[in-house]
Amino acid sequence: MPLTYLNAIREAQYHLLKTDPRVLIYGQDVGQFGGAFKATKGLAEMFPDRVLDAPISEDAIVGTTIGAAVEGLRPIVEMQFADFSTVGFNQIVNHAGAFFWRTNVPVPITVRLPSGGTSGGGPFHSQSLEAVYAHYPGLIVMTPATVEDAYAMLLEAVKIDDPVIFCEHKYLYYHLKADALPSQSLPAGKARVARIGRDMTVVTYSAMLHEVFEVADELTNEDIQLEIIDLRTVKPLDTDTVMASVARTGRLLCVAEAWPWGGVAAEVVARIAAEGFHLLDAPPMRVNAKDTPIPYHPALWSVHRPTARSILLAVRNLLQI
Amino acid sequence: MVPQEAVSTEAGLSLSASARRLLEAFRWMLTARLLDEKLAAMYRAGKIHGGVFLGKGQEALSVALGQALRPTDIYAPLIRDGAGRLAFGETIVDALRTCLGSPKGPMRARDGNVHRGRPREGCLPMISHLGAMISTVGGMLLARRIRGEKGAVGATCIGDGGVSTGAFHEAVNLAAIEKLPLVVVIANNHYAYSTPIEKQFAGKSLVDKAVGYGVEGCSVDGTDLVACCQVVRGAIRRARDGAGPQLIVGELLRLCGHGEHDDAGYIDERLKNSPVGRDCVEVAAQKLRAMGIIKPDTVREFKAAIAGEIEIAVQLVEKEGGPDPFSHDWCALSTRTLADPPLL
Repeated sequence: MPLTYLNAIREAQYHLLKTDPRVLIYGQDVGQFGGAFKATKGLAEMFPDRVLDAPISEDAIVGTTIGAAVEGLRPIVEMQFADFSTVGFNQIVNHAGAFFWRTNVPVPITVRLPSGGTSGGGPFHSQSLEAVYAHYPGLIVMTPATVEDAYAMLLEAVKIDDPVIFCEHKYLYYHLKADALPSQSLPAGKARVARIGRDMTVVTYSAMLHEVFEVADELTNEDIQLEIIDLRTVKPLDTDTVMASVARTGRLLCVAEAWPWGGVAAEVVARIAAEGFHLLDAPPMRVNAKDTPIPYHPALWSVHRPTARSILLAVRNLLQI
Repeated sequence: MVPQEAVSTEAGLSLSASARRLLEAFRWMLTARLLDEKLAAMYRAGKIHGGVFLGKGQEALSVALGQALRPTDIYAPLIRDGAGRLAFGETIVDALRTCLGSPKGPMRARDGNVHRGRPREGCLPMISHLGAMISTVGGMLLARRIRGEKGAVGATCIGDGGVSTGAFHEAVNLAAIEKLPLVVVIANNHYAYSTPIEKQFAGKSLVDKAVGYGVEGCSVDGTDLVACCQVVRGAIRRARDGAGPQLIVGELLRLCGHGEHDDAGYIDERLKNSPVGRDCVEVAAQKLRAMGIIKPDTVREFKAAIAGEIEIAVQLVEKEGGPDPFSHDWCALSTRTLADPPLL
């Protein structure tokens, strides 16, 4: 039976609980209920002492796992939606993110953020907050785009001694399927050249990877080749892989579902403009969501976020420059 | 740390165990007070960067907690807990190294003043965002429970302002649900910076919050060392015995500004002249004298000895100088291979 992206996250957590007695899962409804998206389904029955329901207290949930991590555990926090992590923001960025720097004691927590838009999600169940967390020092920010990466990167996140913000995309939960779980993968911090192409480098991550693939497929009829880079980890940012690709194509487009201001796409553009200006045949460009809260109605939402349609327009524009 | 003999040789040897504990607590109070005075003087002399935040007026409540904890317990002191820190095991040198920004201190000049601790030794360094430490202490207790370790208590402190935060509410509620052996000491010093308690909470007493959380609560005269020690020890014992979180509210007055930059002109004269405005060090000296625990000369003798200890530490730490920004390790991650490449 094919495995979904969501299955992969559940399987990774099962594997972690089974193989490492230090692993603890803490979050709202993660116990008997199995999580709002069922990412912890059945785990509390098997590991009743280490899969714990929390009150609606994102600040205290993260604060609790910081303490548990200092004591040597490997906690995983499930935020019900990435959007609600802002209630725990202080603990994540000011406490967990600064802890090692201040004390020399690492805080190995993994905070899972069910991220990104789905139809009908609206302003408070759709956000992509990777750039916000990447802005703060001391955090690693992962944004898996495939079933294989969802599994392998979550296993890796929990093994890393630093706090990891694991942005898993809700749109991919059920849409994406794979035949088997991977036995190996690229290490954290390494981007993947997801498709080789001649004419333009398109840097993306998470659910947008699949929109970009759609564009690339469509353009093959016109003999236009996109080289697609899946960042996988937005922090650290694998500038080397992007730069090497831009050296081959001379053009750079960054596509991200998040808001434009100070985003991951802006960071990629800034770095390549500063360090690879001589490699560019055209200005580096980006496609982001509109700078408004995320709309509820599908007719609005489908225009608010980047889609294959809007990305295609951006690609055509950039090719003409 | 002050050697145990210091107490026994300077004061009476024939004291009961509880009297000796009071004597020791009193000495920590004096040490904290003198260290504070030294820090204030160094701040005014321009030797300390940033702020200096003193615990004057809160030493009795603070030391009662620090002293009642065991070395294997967990402690997250707050801004005015110099006395509690010393009693829990912090050295004068650690305090000075942090305040003066020595790279040899526990915070290695990366954080300063009251933001100091040694997490591996059970002492967490506070962040400035009030209420944040409570759930972290709770998490350490939860981890110990998961590992099957029993007997530890976690304790932290907060003020009448900090209890207004969402973090305080979330953390105490969570600790109550999990029935964690957590002791939260609230020092109601009547002002959060300049804001009086009338603008902080509308209830009659902060201890009434305990009922809402389903935890045990008690109040104590925070200017009375003997009462503080008794109440705090009782709460710690109950937490250790499995009674769940304990809330203690100590009524007292901050006898200084929020920091040394603040002349505290906003503090109501009537409060200063009321029982909460008493200086806990003087109250303790009188009471211990009446109880026969200290002699007429003890305060003077203690002060002289403590001043010497502080002076030796100051001389040591001042020689260490500050950090070198050019050879400093500018990596915020323990996993160095995952550091973001620096900008060109």
